[in-house]
Amino acid sequence: MNTAVTREMGHFFQFLIQEMKPRGPWLTPFNVISVPVILTGLVVLYFRFVYGLGAVTNLSQDFPWGFWLGFDVVTGIALAGGAYVITFVVYVMKVDKYQSIVRVTVLNALLAYIFYAGALLFDLGRPWHAFNPYIGNSFGFSSVMFLICWHFMLYMVAAFVEFSPVIAEWAHWEKARKILKGLTLGTVIFGITLSILHQSGLGALFLMAKPKIHPLWWSEFIPILFFVSSIYAGLAMIIFEGTISHRVFKNLIDPDSHHAFEDIIFGLAKGAAITMFVYYFMKALLFIHGKQWGFLNDGWGYWYLLEVLGFVLVPGFMFAFGFRNRSLNIVKLASVLALLGIVLNRLNVSFISFRWYAEVHYYPSWQEIVVTLMIIFTEIWIFRWIVTRMPVFKPAH
Amino acid sequence: MGILVDTTRCIGCRACEVACGEEHDLLVPDVINDGALEMQRTTSDKQWMVVNKHETEKGDVFVKRQCMHCYQAACATACPTIAMEKTKKGPVIWDGNKCLGCRYCMVSCPFDMPKFEYGSWNPKLQKCTMCFERLEAGQKPACVKACPTDTLIFGTRADNLEIARHRIYSHPDKYVHQIYGEHEVGGTGYIYLSAVPFDQIGFRTDLGNKPYPEYTKEFLYAVPMVLFGVPAFLLGLNALAGSSKSGGEEEFDPDREGGEG
Repeated sequence: MNTAVTREMGHFFQFLIQEMKPRGPWLTPFNVISVPVILTGLVVLYFRFVYGLGAVTNLSQDFPWGFWLGFDVVTGIALAGGAYVITFVVYVMKVDKYQSIVRVTVLNALLAYIFYAGALLFDLGRPWHAFNPYIGNSFGFSSVMFLICWHFMLYMVAAFVEFSPVIAEWAHWEKARKILKGLTLGTVIFGITLSILHQSGLGALFLMAKPKIHPLWWSEFIPILFFVSSIYAGLAMIIFEGTISHRVFKNLIDPDSHHAFEDIIFGLAKGAAITMFVYYFMKALLFIHGKQWGFLNDGWGYWYLLEVLGFVLVPGFMFAFGFRNRSLNIVKLASVLALLGIVLNRLNVSFISFRWYAEVHYYPSWQEIVVTLMIIFTEIWIFRWIVTRMPVFKPAH
Repeated sequence: MGILVDTTRCIGCRACEVACGEEHDLLVPDVINDGALEMQRTTSDKQWMVVNKHETEKGDVFVKRQCMHCYQAACATACPTIAMEKTKKGPVIWDGNKCLGCRYCMVSCPFDMPKFEYGSWNPKLQKCTMCFERLEAGQKPACVKACPTDTLIFGTRADNLEIARHRIYSHPDKYVHQIYGEHEVGGTGYIYLSAVPFDQIGFRTDLGNKPYPEYTKEFLYAVPMVLFGVPAFLLGLNALAGSSKSGGEEEFDPDREGGEG
């Protein structure tokens, strides 16, 4: 009995070592760019952990949250919203048209949460206390941040369980795969619930910053705005990321699903168009109800109009137009604009319109940007490693 | 407990700043030579309180600023680990054993009082503690003890409000008829009297009277509803989707649809 287990383990480790080996050519443009960036990022992190956040970031007493929190965490998590939307459609509503993209979308979300929620560890001043919200008697139940901490952790577990049948399939654990598969619906429902709460929770973080955020961006409905926009953010991200994957990992995807993917993109475009119009309507309602005409006639007003018209209304129409006319290029362009709109919105709330009246305003340092790129590139490395080994693009069997 | 600051009495000697720095091992300013009153300062990670000079319609007014020790503190509500804590005695204090350094307290504080040590690998959040240890030992806060003009009065909030109202009523021409901190952000531990409108001496008058925790309360109240309501709703939807598709007979498994690979 014992020896059988040991032998089994030995086989698995051999398999693991085999799979660890790199595949494909080394000197690709992506590797040439990403390796130096990742190494530089590690050096920056060394300075950050030895000399403090001030040594590498432009954060200050007036701007406690900057690019790492605003982009990596707040924006990164919004862009990972695709998984809860797609799992809802496929597992809860049982629309099997989108079944072929479930695995890759869940994998993207899992990695996004690990890397972008994980990026919080670099931003925390005392990261060795990161487990405090989970243990001991110091539960800050009244804190939105407490909710976010728990949800990030729980959602990572949920996304991992949702993805785990793929890992079991890769490792040839047939029994485990069946058991894990049985957990999927429950985990999906749990994951969707968590997502609704922490997507809106990221907005709720800014509720108490009312006197510091420009009135065009602060609203008591930020949580709902963040939730609704995370839906189309996730859909646009699937279109954007899927388009790249279908080009880069062409050989991993069978031609049938290539064709099906176009159909999927148009379906996603329709969903994105509807959500964007809903979101735009809510923004307009808040604007009119708040009698905010007076704020429009200055730089901040134009900036706001650029975000809401140029990066919400315009891509919304483009999605609708692309869907009606079956124009793939317009849909792809719309997804890029929609994603930029999400980035703009999240950064506007978290630091651009934060303390808009300040004389000295925050802008990210090059070190902050390098670490962010490092996180993104490392995530892509891991993503590439997984999809070239595990049956992610296959519609499963 | 709280502190009443009567800004009409302050002479700008900054004895309180020196006492605070000495008491808490922070920066002890050289009040004679540093010329600090010529500029507008804020508290920092090295100074828990500062005195600023404001030029007003009634001449120069000196104002001591520090953590307001709000009755419903935004920072304590924001803190995920109760490292920022509103104590029963009144002071809002910080516990380094719990703090993550997420700086959500700084984002939430309407007075921007928590200050972060950006230059340290092991950063602390620095802010006035109303000399919590001294209070525990039955002493007055260091700044109150050091004040030579009785600008600062230490006592319960109720007593301080009575004193403040009494002064306004007895000298109606000397004071503006407002006690800053009586209603602002739901009431603060530090309250202020002034001879000129408060916006002239560096106070934000647009913060509102609503306690800041109220802003996130509704969202947090909705959390349990969503946590239990949404799964039930989704299960219901799932059952409906199933019965409309294949008569509800067989279990739908998307992974089975793709055929053997």
